[in-house]
Amino acid sequence: MAEAAGDGQRDFAFYFRDAGITALMTLPIAFPMFGFHLIVGGRGGTSAGYGTVVEPRLIWVLVAVLVVFVGRFAISFLRNDPAVTAATERSAIDMRRYMSETIAPWIGTGLLSVAILWPFLPFVDRWLLDLGILVLTYIMLGWGLNIVVGLAGLLDLGYVAFYAVGAYSYALIALNFDLSFWQCLPLAGVIAGLFGILLGFPVLRLRGDYLAIVTLGFGEIIRIILLNWYEFTKGPDGISGIPRPSFFGLPFTNQEGATTSFHKFFGIEYVSTHRIVFMYYLILALALLTNAFTERIRKLPVGRAWEALREDEIACRALGINPRNTKLTAFAVGAMFAGFAGSFFATRQGFISPESFTFIESAIILAIVVLGGMGSQLGIVLAAVFLIGMTELFRELEQFRMLAFGAGMVAIMVWRPRGLLTRREPSVSLNDTRSGI
Amino acid sequence: MEYFTQQLINGLTLGSIYGLIAIGYTMVYGIIGMINFAHGEIFMVGAFHALIFYLLAVSLGFSFVPLALVLVLLLAMVFTGAYGWAVERLAYRPLRGSFRLAPLISAIGMSIALQNYVQLMQGARTKTLQPIVEGGFAFWHIGESTVSLSFMQILIVVTTVLLMTVFTIVITKTALGRAQRACEQDLVMASLLGIDVDKTISLTFILGAMLAAVAGMMFLLNYGVIDFYIGFVAGIKAFTAAVLGGIGSLPGAMLGGLLIGLIETFWSAYFTIEYKDVAAFVILILVLIFRPSGLLGKPEIEKV
Repeated sequence: MAEAAGDGQRDFAFYFRDAGITALMTLPIAFPMFGFHLIVGGRGGTSAGYGTVVEPRLIWVLVAVLVVFVGRFAISFLRNDPAVTAATERSAIDMRRYMSETIAPWIGTGLLSVAILWPFLPFVDRWLLDLGILVLTYIMLGWGLNIVVGLAGLLDLGYVAFYAVGAYSYALIALNFDLSFWQCLPLAGVIAGLFGILLGFPVLRLRGDYLAIVTLGFGEIIRIILLNWYEFTKGPDGISGIPRPSFFGLPFTNQEGATTSFHKFFGIEYVSTHRIVFMYYLILALALLTNAFTERIRKLPVGRAWEALREDEIACRALGINPRNTKLTAFAVGAMFAGFAGSFFATRQGFISPESFTFIESAIILAIVVLGGMGSQLGIVLAAVFLIGMTELFRELEQFRMLAFGAGMVAIMVWRPRGLLTRREPSVSLNDTRSGI
Repeated sequence: MEYFTQQLINGLTLGSIYGLIAIGYTMVYGIIGMINFAHGEIFMVGAFHALIFYLLAVSLGFSFVPLALVLVLLLAMVFTGAYGWAVERLAYRPLRGSFRLAPLISAIGMSIALQNYVQLMQGARTKTLQPIVEGGFAFWHIGESTVSLSFMQILIVVTTVLLMTVFTIVITKTALGRAQRACEQDLVMASLLGIDVDKTISLTFILGAMLAAVAGMMFLLNYGVIDFYIGFVAGIKAFTAAVLGGIGSLPGAMLGGLLIGLIETFWSAYFTIEYKDVAAFVILILVLIFRPSGLLGKPEIEKV
């Protein structure tokens, strides 16, 4: 396509023809879907459908074809501009090095400070506080999945299942055995981890893409069971009245009760946002715990084995690493963090139902990890802020945002398959390789 | 016994639809070794195309049903084929030679995008179509129950068998089929020997999408209700069918499709209808654990 760049002259005829061909190819794509609209129950209906009628709107086809034509023309125009190409390439390389070496630690520190101060920033209202909690939940999930996908290289499409297991474990244990949040949290994590082992044990020797489909199937099985096992999970009605966490035994309540409430203990006035702020710090702490765990375990033998397995399984086997057990630990640890996040989700919402744990959630978490550049902790933060922030800002455009989400996933893969910020270098390497042996 | 026979007929009908979709998965897997996750959505798009063209044909006055159906089938195949081509061109071709999971992630994105695209274009409400092919044979009257075989079911099975025959001839006898089989064995070698690999892969996607369109139309005619979400579950089940039959093997895909259709129907008939999707997933997991190469597939050899 790029034969024009050589003599510095732009081959407009070629761009024109190229854009024309692309537009022509759009025609069969757009013709039925854009050109005709199926209306259910519209104006009595014809005899053919039970009220489903088809209405032509061929002008849409024309618009679609024109948009594609102009878009394609613009893309080839920009892509084949020698100055632009060189500049973007140079800046991309520079940016990358600059990002990963110079400013990444600063961004990390900066983001952490903002995160810690967030509830006390003057412009932060209730909505922004809730948004902060949501973003942090996804960051934690992203970091948890990163252990599985980014470090161990296992594509898990059913991560939300462990999230669901954590949420339901917390809800059911808390309601049936009257245990507090702090007692349930480790239990929920352990149960989710056990589910990870249970699933992982038979399937982890499968090749990457098979594993992806099986985990997806597992996610769906969990959801279907939650939906249909009414006696245990209350099915589609969901579980409500899940107990809220207390500040180490001091409940956030304005009601007089046997126990001293939070505001009385500290002698401050009751404000309903205290609980939300506490929730915020709770998820922040959980997320930071996940991060600290990942950063530490990377340097341990098991973490190194994960990264080695991701790079070359056969070589690992030759070196005496047991691939199945190593993968299993990654799977179980990832599942455990999903379980923690799930029990936080349950206690924050106070209500859970299978609707919160659909495949699309798994896809969103995976997209965060992939967009962040599998393996990069900071990249995941940026991706989560970007994706969740965007989706919350454009909540009204529900359908568009999912369309953009899917298209964005494709675009990122095509444009930068390794994600925005990659960290593919091994966490540990032999020192002085240059001066050494 | 008559209940059993009835379920057998229903299962074979459903299985034919799964089989047609499964061929798309198995062909693509055979040739470029990736799971075309968006294939289920192609099936869904095919069903929508069939509905649009059928309603269009009716409103334009094609009252002779067989002619209208053939016309609709051909149009749906052509236009859905374009989608198959576009998906490959946009989402997979730029990633050829990238790391292994990249095309799969791209496919998931494509699947989400297609689903929401159709929802955006045609609305989220379930679309209905009244039965077009009505009637059938009722036989085997025992007591009060009868076993019936509707014309629709006959149509589905006959179409499937016919297409399978045509398809087998294409794969075994034509130049395209030879090129496809060559690419399946060794992509680089095939290209060195003068086979246009890009074109062959594109044609594979188009053929797969066409068969998915047929499956979509059969689904529409048989069940009469479609929405933008049908592709996800049907796609997973067809993939299960492809794996069960041995991914990469065409007769395997058809066999797997029939088996999945039968298992699902019998599971709903004799156990619980709520857990019928679980049945398919459990089979998928069991097959992958105990016989990863499937019923008719060749075992994969790991090369360093």
